Amino acid sequence: MGFGHIPFDVSHALAGGMLLMSFVLLYQRRVPGLIAALATQGGLLGLAALWQGWAQGAAGLYLTGLIALVAKAVLIPWALSTLVRRLGMHGSVQTALGIGPSMIAGVGLAALALVVALPVAAGGSALAQEDLAVALSVVLLGMLVMIARRNAIGQVVGLMSMENGLILAAVGVQGLPLLIELSTAALLLVLALVAGVFLTGIRERFDSLDVAFLEDHRGERR
Amino acid sequence: MAAFAALLTQILHLALLLVLAPLLVGVVRWLKARLLGRRGASPLQPWRDMRKLLLKRPIIAESASVVTLAAPYVAVAATVVAALLVPSFTRGMALAPVADLLVLAGCLALARGALALAGMDAGTPFGGLGAAREMAFAALAEPALLLVALCCAILAGSSNIDAIAAVFAEGALGIRVSLALALAALVAVALAENARIPVDNPATHLELTMVHEAMILEASGRHLALWEYQAALALTLWLSLLAAIFVPFGMAPAASGPIGWLVGLAAYAAKIGALALLLAVFESAIAKMRVFRVPEFLGAALLLGLLGALFLFVSTGLL
Repeated sequence: MGFGHIPFDVSHALAGGMLLMSFVLLYQRRVPGLIAALATQGGLLGLAALWQGWAQGAAGLYLTGLIALVAKAVLIPWALSTLVRRLGMHGSVQTALGIGPSMIAGVGLAALALVVALPVAAGGSALAQEDLAVALSVVLLGMLVMIARRNAIGQVVGLMSMENGLILAAVGVQGLPLLIELSTAALLLVLALVAGVFLTGIRERFDSLDVAFLEDHRGERR
Repeated sequence: MAAFAALLTQILHLALLLVLAPLLVGVVRWLKARLLGRRGASPLQPWRDMRKLLLKRPIIAESASVVTLAAPYVAVAATVVAALLVPSFTRGMALAPVADLLVLAGCLALARGALALAGMDAGTPFGGLGAAREMAFAALAEPALLLVALCCAILAGSSNIDAIAAVFAEGALGIRVSLALALAALVAVALAENARIPVDNPATHLELTMVHEAMILEASGRHLALWEYQAALALTLWLSLLAAIFVPFGMAPAASGPIGWLVGLAAYAAKIGALALLLAVFESAIAKMRVFRVPEFLGAALLLGLLGALFLFVSTGLL
């Protein structure tokens, strides 16, 4: 299977859309924009999983896709935006790294993912190779979003995006055990709950979501 | 016979673009007005404005030199040459062999240079400010365009727009991540080059934010008509370029008869109409960004283009 085959093309395009959304996350400063980009990425992930389920004929992947569509494209973004509204956060998020440097770092990370992933998957099909590279880029970019945002919401969004990348890598290969998939999904929901409690907690204590306050609290010196 | 058909399509293409350009601006304005709940002026309004301006005598600033007199003609000529190169309803026009993306970038750069010189010539502060901003944006937009050209050239094996459209229309290449990245980069560049909303507001004379309008503040009469015509033609040509590279479907292949051309014309009208609607919706939905954030926006476009090229280098084993 290679370029020009419809099953390959569609999954490739969906993965490419997720990568583009990672860059949008990196570029976006406003919290509602961040959440919308995360929701879009989750939706694309859901579609990618459904498509893979159809292309591979694996029924388990349909479930993965539905979970992604319901939880990642609707529920989690909705919960995050209610949280944001309740905490009264508007305007832009403070960035630890400027947009320019973080975009440059992002392209560097994507290049690194390519260079690392292609030889690793050298035995596999072209599909597996590029999908793995794209998925690894999404994971690395999620990590970069966590580093580049000082705001706790930004960090939660980065973490979710990283998880999206992991699932993307998992649906690309044949035969992901359903049990593992379900447990990651459950883990993610727990994670979202913990993040919500955590955000409300630090908001109450420091009257801000800037994680820099935590450093003093932990007794770290800068 | 083939040479005659090539020449005929070239002339038809030019006539189509020349007539369509102000109409397209009018249509976008009308669509935006409808989206904002206003009635909006007729799509023919830009043509009427232009006729009115052409009947008026241009008033030249005392401090202006010959540059102010020559610049509108240079800019319009360069844009017309660029418009000749971008295919609209058919491939294989007479100038197709020289229709290179790099030539196109050069023509547009020439038009932009003339515009910036005209802005600075009269010596008014707004003109100079607009020219400085335009050039600062161009410093990022042009490399981004070149990277998009690089992506297309790697995929299609040529930087000729006609050849790229032919290869992409076959669909054998499939959908690539790099093409998505290149599309995002090219759309950002097109928005910046045409002074559309996130970068510049085409409907305002608010001095703090304007770029394109600031450079033509001193122009009047037929000079203003020429500048407005140049801007309209540039918008048409950018939309045609996006359509030709990323949705080349329906375009008549080289050496097809009048029926193929008619089909191509219908497809072209549909594509340009859809793009105009998208532009109007996009411009109504988002706010203009601060001038100092534009370099970030275009820098992001540049990096996306770079990433697209990088993907291609790796996946084709060139690296």
